[in-house]
Amino acid sequence: MSCKPQGCPSCHPPADMAPDPSRREFVWDAIRTFSFGALTLTALPILVSEADADDDAKAAAPPPDAASPTTGAGKDKGKRTVLFGYLVDTNKCIGCGSCMLACKNENDVPDDQFRTWVERYVYYKDGRVEVDTCTSGNFSFDQKPALDPKVVDKAFFVPKLCNHCVETPCIQVCPVGASFMTQEGVVLIDHDRCIGCAYCVQACPFGTRFINHKTNTADKCTWCYHRVVKGEKPACVEVCPTGTRIFGDINDPDSDISKVLAANRIDVLKSYLGTRPKTRYMGLTAEVV
Amino acid sequence: MHGQPTEFLFPNDHGSVAWTVMIVLYPYITGLVAGAFVVAALYHVFGKKELAPVARFALAASFSFCAFATMPLLLHLHQPQRAFNIMFTPNFTSAMAGFGFIYSFYLILLAVEILLVFRDDIVDRARRGGVEGLLYKVLALGVTTQTPGSRALDHKWISVLSVIGIPAACVLHGYVGFIFGGVKANPWWSTALMPVIFLCSAIVSGVAMLILLYVLACKFRRVAVDDECLRSMMRTLWLFLILAVALEELELLNMAYENGSEWAMLSRLIAEKLHFSFTWLQLVLGSLVPFFLLAIGMRRGLHPGVRIGLGTVSGLLVLIQVAAMRWNVVIGGQLLSKSFRGFNSYVPEFGGREGLGVALLVFSLPFVLLFALSRILPLWKTDAADAH
Ligand code: SF4
Ligand code: SF4
Repeated sequence: MSCKPQGCPSCHPPADMAPDPSRREFVWDAIRTFSFGALTLTALPILVSEADADDDAKAAAPPPDAASPTTGAGKDKGKRTVLFGYLVDTNKCIGCGSCMLACKNENDVPDDQFRTWVERYVYYKDGRVEVDTCTSGNFSFDQKPALDPKVVDKAFFVPKLCNHCVETPCIQVCPVGASFMTQEGVVLIDHDRCIGCAYCVQACPFGTRFINHKTNTADKCTWCYHRVVKGEKPACVEVCPTGTRIFGDINDPDSDISKVLAANRIDVLKSYLGTRPKTRYMGLTAEVV
Repeated sequence: MHGQPTEFLFPNDHGSVAWTVMIVLYPYITGLVAGAFVVAALYHVFGKKELAPVARFALAASFSFCAFATMPLLLHLHQPQRAFNIMFTPNFTSAMAGFGFIYSFYLILLAVEILLVFRDDIVDRARRGGVEGLLYKVLALGVTTQTPGSRALDHKWISVLSVIGIPAACVLHGYVGFIFGGVKANPWWSTALMPVIFLCSAIVSGVAMLILLYVLACKFRRVAVDDECLRSMMRTLWLFLILAVALEELELLNMAYENGSEWAMLSRLIAEKLHFSFTWLQLVLGSLVPFFLLAIGMRRGLHPGVRIGLGTVSGLLVLIQVAAMRWNVVIGGQLLSKSFRGFNSYVPEFGGREGLGVALLVFSLPFVLLFALSRILPLWKTDAADAH
């Protein structure tokens, strides 16, 4: 988990303590961490969150040109480093598919490929569990025959997208460095560099990457980086009528996402693989992968 | 109590696979490179003198396959014009980034070793006039004198290169296995055994290919097959076949015995999707049958004609085994959706850049090169003949 917003001073040092909140900040963090650790065992939780903060900061290590107008905070003295996060509250999703439609329009995604999709989990009274998606038309599950409540125990929807993992296998395997992470923790692909080897497609455990038929390069959800650096929301978040999808700065304790993350029990997908997703979930069951 | 959902693919897994038959061909060809080199090294480094008749040919075969090993990759890349970025702007956390360097190193090593092994003949022919003489002058790298001293030095370097070449061959092919073995997203690939499995099957395929080519070339040249040489290659093949198959099956057995969450789908993958290519081609026809044929065929005192027959058939079957194994790993691994809940399908097309037609064409090129090499270099001469 990331450094929590209520944060310890070392995660969010006051402006005057962080003249260059990059390398030097890490050194200070490390020194503080060690001294806390030496002082008392009660510092253990802090240690854990420190380590996580370091990791997240590492994750946010920028490519040289990734600074953005609103979030190049690492360079501006005294400003906090923005770290984006995404939360999917599956309890709220109604399977309308607006997000999929918005994503297709916003990002010119080919018809049969998906940067985001919505899965439906149906638990039948006879013990069967069925999963399906709606990947055509207007993407709304309305197009499918209605479920009969008499034979169904429960059913819910799970939107999926790139998890913008902290420990990204996709970036690790890219032989030319075309996959990279921005300062704000967004995993992107440089389409002018990608050689289209598809190694990242193999390496992503979540099926979110594909070789785009139109560009012949790897593609996936960008959390609408082109929008969020301007302070807008990703297209899917913007159109979601139920507030299922929440996006924001998880380093800002006052952001909507930080508040929900702090107050709820949060899950991630395939946590056993250790990729440490920054797209988080509420309301998952064991059957959701 | 609800069961596990089945039959659900992530939407991007629908349709085709990201790595096609070209990526089946790539480890197949690199495997032949490594395998053929091992035969040459058995002679040069391990003193297996009975392999003298094929030692030079093995080196040339290894080089010919190596020369085309990157072709399937280029055909697979969606942006092939950027291929060299793997070497210009490598990202060293990627298992794939090392490929360009390891491959180039190995190709150069092979080329130099061949030039040294054939140096006497090249220098000899460089004295000829005309275009032919020019060709050999180039191959002699401009130095057209040989002294006993330079000869001794060449031999020393041949040994050195062979010794370096063995670990290099292991790295080259073990590395190909690592590209798959290091993908934790895919339970069919993700095992530390993968590099070793690839290495053993590489040696198996290389030796099998040499047996076939040796027998064919003898027929073609109307000379007798050297019985001891063939027998030695068959014994080597038998040994490495046992090793390769044992590792392949142990890995599966381990997964089956652990019966982890992924085994339910992997066992279905074998039973449903790979039934023919795994059970029949890889296991029965390609492993069990040649195991027995070779066991009979390598017995001392067997009629040479029978040995040739058994050797040829086993060689062919083992080549099928390794091709099936590459298919089952590369394609098989992608048939399982990342949802672990359903299977994709893939039938290679014949036409198109990544089709079977082009794959066959690419696979035929090393043989063309090998034939060309046999025209300009005495691939069948032995060191013993040199001594006379
Ligand atoms: S979800 Fe896949 S593509 Fe996205 S960051 Fe994680 S590994 Fe990479
Ligand atoms: S497909 Fe592109 S982004 Fe993906 S690993 Fe290959 S070069 Fe990198």
